[in-house]
Amino acid sequence: MDYGRVSGSEPNCMELKRILLTKKAFILNRWFDVILEAYPSETSRFIQTQSDRFANPVGHSIRKGLEGLFDTLIDEKRSGEISGFLDDILRIRAIQEPVASRALSFIFDLKAVLRKSLEDELENDDGRLMQELSAVDSAVDEQALLGFDVYMKCREKVSELKSQEIRRNTFRLLQQARLVTDLTTLGGEES
Amino acid sequence: MAKQPKPEELAKVDYTPPMTAWMDTPAVLKPGNFCNAAKEKSLQLLDMPNPRTWSAKDDDWKLPDNWKEIVLEGLRERLDKYRSLRVFMDICVRCGACADKCHFFIGTGDPKNMPVLRAELLRSIYRKEFTTAGKILGRFAGAREMSLDVLKEWWYYFFQCTECRRCSVFCPYGIDQAEITMVGRELLNLLGLNIDWIMGPASACYHKGNHLGLEPHTFKSSIEFFLDDIEEITGIRPEPTFNRKGAEILFVTPSGDVFADPGTYTCMGYLLLFHELGLDYTWSTYASEGGNFGFFTSMDVAQKLNYKIYAEAKRLGVKWILGGECGHMWRVLNQYMDTWNGPADFLEVPTSPITGTRFDAAKSTKMIHIAEFTADLMRHGKLKLDPSRNDNKILTWHDSCNTARGMGFFEEPRYVLKKVVNNFYEMPENTIREKTFCCGSGSGLNASENMDIRLKGGLPRANAVKYVNEKFGVNFVGNICAIDRAALTTSIDYWAPGVRVTGLHELVGNALVMEGEKKRTSDLRGEPLPGCEAEE
Ligand code: SF4
Ligand code: SF4
Repeated sequence: MDYGRVSGSEPNCMELKRILLTKKAFILNRWFDVILEAYPSETSRFIQTQSDRFANPVGHSIRKGLEGLFDTLIDEKRSGEISGFLDDILRIRAIQEPVASRALSFIFDLKAVLRKSLEDELENDDGRLMQELSAVDSAVDEQALLGFDVYMKCREKVSELKSQEIRRNTFRLLQQARLVTDLTTLGGEES
Repeated sequence: MAKQPKPEELAKVDYTPPMTAWMDTPAVLKPGNFCNAAKEKSLQLLDMPNPRTWSAKDDDWKLPDNWKEIVLEGLRERLDKYRSLRVFMDICVRCGACADKCHFFIGTGDPKNMPVLRAELLRSIYRKEFTTAGKILGRFAGAREMSLDVLKEWWYYFFQCTECRRCSVFCPYGIDQAEITMVGRELLNLLGLNIDWIMGPASACYHKGNHLGLEPHTFKSSIEFFLDDIEEITGIRPEPTFNRKGAEILFVTPSGDVFADPGTYTCMGYLLLFHELGLDYTWSTYASEGGNFGFFTSMDVAQKLNYKIYAEAKRLGVKWILGGECGHMWRVLNQYMDTWNGPADFLEVPTSPITGTRFDAAKSTKMIHIAEFTADLMRHGKLKLDPSRNDNKILTWHDSCNTARGMGFFEEPRYVLKKVVNNFYEMPENTIREKTFCCGSGSGLNASENMDIRLKGGLPRANAVKYVNEKFGVNFVGNICAIDRAALTTSIDYWAPGVRVTGLHELVGNALVMEGEKKRTSDLRGEPLPGCEAEE
């Protein structure tokens, strides 16, 4: 299905994309700030300021993912990479945030961030920028749809890991079949 | 829009947690982040207080009426008994150096997982009950009343600390949060508030000798089961003995090595090595567990479970004890066994029958770790090795918290692995050795119902693994801990799929060139050796 994604080769979007590129740093910082609102203030300060990627994997992955998502909006030839960048963020959010809509809301938040960054330009717009922007909005919506898939895949993986682990822990004993006497000491039946 | 601090504020960021605001945020027990409650039967089997059926999800935790009295009295006793605890309660200057060093804080973003705040959960009660300032000034002095909410918060967060001690490396006063958590868990256990994943194995171990509750014949046949695989792969059939009186060495390893993949391949490695050396050793079907889930419950239970190791060494009349690849087992043996159940004056200082090396560091405990035993063999050139058999493995090394940060085992495993593997890459400096990141599932938290918190806690470790995977093509992470072998397998499959987990002696077993072996075409997993892919 075609959600009306903007095509990089369409000349009518070139102007908007050119402007957005000049504001890339501002946009990414604002977008990152919005994501951080999901965390308590002590935590968001840490995620924002610790620049060592090994001391702060959450901050590093989110920044990397956001930049990638932004770049794929601008350069539609890179659309094949969208899921990977969503994965950078959602693999973390999927276990931090059990409610899918809350984990994914950041994707839609980009629309507001873009409008904020374009305040001046939109004020003097003859309607053309606005039209281009709505095409970008559609591309954002498409990223969000892919985001749902990525989020669900991560949650499915968590369930799969649980059952695989139980299998690994008992496989050898099951191989020997009837020799197993009391597996209830393994625990974990209650859920 | 975001209410983020301004750049100038960020430049002087301060992780000091607010003095009291956190007190007004009661813990919300989120599914996926806590474990099932200990079962009535396991509590009974270990004579633990308040055995009953309960669930953390219920409002009523079925506590005795005088629960508060029990907890406060328990705290008083421990303050008198452990001088370190009183020091840890008094000395923290809230500098914040530890705040962002815990893998659970890094992965969850929950401020109560900052080590300094985790300690405050207990410290605030200590202040209220045991300090003058706290009694008079209350919240202004960081003190608060013991309440049911506080108790539930303890339960939630003391079972979200893996007692890994990473935070203490960064604390200028060396405050050891692991010990604070241990005391917190002891207090909870006075009310029967343990988790099933710890109490189940601990009670099984008390009655049957190992965490899974395997009876002697099952334990024995589990090991014998490996012999078929080993024979098929190497053409050699080792002949391990069980409960053999008069053997020189008693070998004790975590039962995970016997029943849980991939630990089982490490177990095959031990069997091959001992066979090749002609080692005069025996397994015990009674001391059939090196791990000690009692250690995650209370010192008393840990001591009870540990007792069988010396008792069995004495019964069998061995000279000394050799321990397999285990993490917390090693901390227990080194730090506590001698005090609890020693002196083992009926044993001799461990001396390698192959090299003659006397392990004087184990003069008192009479037990050494297989990593030092094997490193010594290699140092004396006693093993014929072909590391190219591991050439399809690009390895990185995970320092297990207890053996590495806890007990200083940094070089021995590296010395061994460099002899048996040609491709080895370290993870970044701030994630290894004494700064190693926990697997995220230690101290008895490797259940399945708490998978979300395990994966969050496992993120910092796995993130560094992912980095070396992307940069150097690393496809295996090695370690010497049974919990790591189980837990990392899961966590890395989530964060860095494609990287697998191996024990050290699995690699040794693969590389070991044995007297009279057939031409090997597959490794201990039954997978083709490099160059033999077509033959399979
Ligand atoms: S001991 Fe480990 S798990 Fe516990 S607070 Fe410190 S860093 Fe975190
Ligand atoms: S580093 Fe030590 S003194 Fe500083 S806040 Fe942490 S526990 Fe307290």
